[in-house]
Amino acid sequence: MFSKESLVFWGLEDLSRMNFRQLIYQFLNFAMIVSSALMIWKGLMVVTGSESPIVVVLSGSMEPAFHRGDLLFLTNYEQEPIRAGEIVVFKVEGREIPIVHRVIKVHEKDDGSVKFLTKGDNNNVDDRGLYANGQAWLTRKDVVGRARGFVPFVGIVTIIMNDYPKLKVSTPFWDYLALLFLYIGNDKKRNALR
Amino acid sequence: MNLLVIALKILIDLAMHTAFARLNAVCAFNLSTLAALTFLCFASTFFNDYNTQVSINAANVVLKNVPDYIVSREKNDLGILKIDVTSDLEPLFNWNVKQLFLYLTAEYESKNNKLNQVVLWDKIIKRGEKALIKIKNEPLKYYFWDDGNGLLGHKNVTLYLSWNIIPNAGTLPRWVGTGTHRLTFPSEYTQMRTNF
Repeated sequence: MFSKESLVFWGLEDLSRMNFRQLIYQFLNFAMIVSSALMIWKGLMVVTGSESPIVVVLSGSMEPAFHRGDLLFLTNYEQEPIRAGEIVVFKVEGREIPIVHRVIKVHEKDDGSVKFLTKGDNNNVDDRGLYANGQAWLTRKDVVGRARGFVPFVGIVTIIMNDYPKLKVSTPFWDYLALLFLYIGNDKKRNALR
Repeated sequence: MNLLVIALKILIDLAMHTAFARLNAVCAFNLSTLAALTFLCFASTFFNDYNTQVSINAANVVLKNVPDYIVSREKNDLGILKIDVTSDLEPLFNWNVKQLFLYLTAEYESKNNKLNQVVLWDKIIKRGEKALIKIKNEPLKYYFWDDGNGLLGHKNVTLYLSWNIIPNAGTLPRWVGTGTHRLTFPSEYTQMRTNF
């Protein structure tokens, strides 16, 4: 299939030592890890009703409650009303990255339609300067999710990759990931052979 | 003979344990221990009661009818008042409370809206800081703008203090303090200049 030299060149000489079955096993193992991650993500979307059930805090505007790299779990159930004091994640037209801020004003009409205003705990002013031009209020459809759970520090890898985009293409980073996968794979194999 | 083989195997195994494998093992153990402790920290405080007494009072209540140019040119009701808030929040703290976010809300019904909630004042109390709230005759931190002209002569605006508990790890519950204040607005707008 591949010459031994080319495999060595790509740093995959391990593969040349495997027979066909082992190769397939390694590939399926990898596919398993990727697809189960995807399944968990999509499953969470269904259960929470939010298009992005887990977000990493990217800015310091909610300090000292949330720091950069903290992880938030979101839900977005239609029947739960928006109330003052809760922390929502919303998207603004013209901004790609969703914002995590606290609701400070709510006006709800008889038909249930609602407009509200947000502010970051660490900011001095409300978010009207962040909204789209001429937009004074957020509405229900702007909400991506509402913060329900908090775990500190876990999303720090995202922050590091955002701050140093070069890291994404750097070899040590992918080497580490590859080693991790191989390690998991070998561990399983060893256990299976035992 | 058997013993020799086993000893050899152990030796080879030890040699195979490279620095990377050791590092990996140490990191994995640390991480799983931290994860377990964090979960215990969350589980041990999940059912806690975070309620306590609050006393709220308001004074110097006046009402203006002026445009909020950030929103529109139309005139809206603007309530101006001074507030007193007293509460001891020390008992709310435990090992899974990193911070309390206190906020004073005015809630009322108006012609335009079935429900209005306006946060008038807030405060962050971090763990270790003094958690005894005693503010007297303090002006509002945020403007009390109504969405329209719903505050004129309003006799039933409820002021209450709530807190959002920010844990070290876990859920983010919001609790409303026991003790509210019923605020009434005058049925005339003031024409005087007022200090906010």
